[in-house]
Amino acid sequence: MSAVPLTPGGAAAERRPTRSTLSLLGERVIEALIKLSGVSAVIFVVAIFFFIFREAAPVLWSKDFHILEFLFSTEWYPTSVSNVRYGTLALTVGTLSVTAVAIVLAVPFGLGAAIFVSEFCSPKLKETLKIVIELLAAIPSVVWGFVGLTVMSKIIVTLTGTAVGVNLLNGGVILALMSVPIIVSIGEDALRAVPDSYREAAVALGATRWQTVYRVLLPAAKNGLLAAVLLGVGRAVGETMAVLMATGHAVHIPDGLLNSVRTLTANVAAELGEAPAGSSHYRVLFLTGVLLFWITMVVNVAADLVVRGIRRK
Amino acid sequence: MSGPGELSIITRGLNLYYGAFQALSDISVGIRRGLITSMIGPSGCGKTTLLRCFNRVNERYDYVRTTGEIIVLGRNIYDPDVSLIELRKSVGMVFQRPNPLPVSVYENVVFGLRIHSDRSALKRADLDVAVEKALTEVGLWKDLRDRLKVKATTLQLEQQQKLCIARLLPLKPEVILMDEPCSALDVEGTRGIEELMFELKGRYTIVIVTHNMAQARRASDESIFMLMGKLVEHAPTEDLFLNPKNPKTLEYIEGRYG
Repeated sequence: MSAVPLTPGGAAAERRPTRSTLSLLGERVIEALIKLSGVSAVIFVVAIFFFIFREAAPVLWSKDFHILEFLFSTEWYPTSVSNVRYGTLALTVGTLSVTAVAIVLAVPFGLGAAIFVSEFCSPKLKETLKIVIELLAAIPSVVWGFVGLTVMSKIIVTLTGTAVGVNLLNGGVILALMSVPIIVSIGEDALRAVPDSYREAAVALGATRWQTVYRVLLPAAKNGLLAAVLLGVGRAVGETMAVLMATGHAVHIPDGLLNSVRTLTANVAAELGEAPAGSSHYRVLFLTGVLLFWITMVVNVAADLVVRGIRRK
Repeated sequence: MSGPGELSIITRGLNLYYGAFQALSDISVGIRRGLITSMIGPSGCGKTTLLRCFNRVNERYDYVRTTGEIIVLGRNIYDPDVSLIELRKSVGMVFQRPNPLPVSVYENVVFGLRIHSDRSALKRADLDVAVEKALTEVGLWKDLRDRLKVKATTLQLEQQQKLCIARLLPLKPEVILMDEPCSALDVEGTRGIEELMFELKGRYTIVIVTHNMAQARRASDESIFMLMGKLVEHAPTEDLFLNPKNPKTLEYIEGRYG
């Protein structure tokens, strides 16, 4: 291609009268904008990590702080006057345990619902269900927090006889309810993307509907279904407001479903407002953000490797 | 026409509606056992629809309504006590685009056995024998014996289509329905499938829908010509192509429409 003329009436423009200089320039601008929005995601991630780390970094060299204590101690006393301790192990365990409970509840329900919506129900019911499920996904997390605080906590107290209804189980159930719509809608997409010829092949061989599902559709859609589960898990790990309200917010490694816990996210949300800017406490909270960042990154990379491993088979 | 003992499939007064649209009207036909019968006709004439009636795979769509009788291997397949699963075991189907399942070659061949028997009844050695037998019958064993673990969707199209035929065989079908089995294949692939059809003829009743009149002519014993949902002519292939009784058949095989 010849050089783009920059001045109107240039020799190149005369040779190509159908395209004005302006439209050529416009095309370049649009191309540049698209490229920019493409790389912006990378820029944002790097920038977010950079700024969070910049706020957190000074505490790494402070005398109150030991990285091993931060990672492996359960003692979280950020406002103690005599002996400040910043141990986040109980918070990490809190996050992981709430997430685990949520996964155990949400994955079977979510995948089951996705299979039902995509393969078993009538077209009319399917439309209705999809709309309701999407509505469920649109409920703000603070509303889920209310549900956990009032409705779910009463149910748990009545059913189990425990003293406090806001606990690990409550948070897990609420997070599961929040993750299910994501798992259903992405899982349903994955199942719908399986070519109909596979279903036809199985049916013509005399397979029942259920045999078609578990022998043909689940293997064929496993990548998409895994993605659905991981996005659901991602929501559970990062969720803040609902778990802040539903888990009871006690810094403590849980020894049962009915213990109160506190998660990394909820801890940041609750304490950042009170921590004086620039103090060690403030910086440790930012460091907690860095820790969360790493946890989600490890989950994502692991998921990516798993998906690739499956694809290679 | 020969006696009913030699007929694999008989239909009597068969009508089929897609919603309000009548796709087949008053089809009465007898398809002879052990022969290759081709169904020809222009697009939309109902030949594929008719083929898909024979194993009731049309019923996947709930807006399909069928009236009349279809007798396969001596039983009306619309009788309430007929098991769809048994019917589909004895009437296998091959589709227009090869549709091996996205699992290994081995698992494709034993798929039918797995879904139709208890897990405990399946011994690895029996499955191995079934795979070798089925793949040998379709002429794939030599090429694939060392690649049984390969994902079936990565094979060449011709091999995929042969595999789709092979996976019917462990269920010991009596009838094999083929819906334009060569339309996705090149000349070599088409020849391969046609040669395989000749190999299978006699042991199985084969019904093939084809757009390709030359294929019907060289590969089938009897031909059925359909038009607008009606059966126009059914005769030995040679007669249908050389001395068609119906002027519409003549016009179609001469290529005046279609």
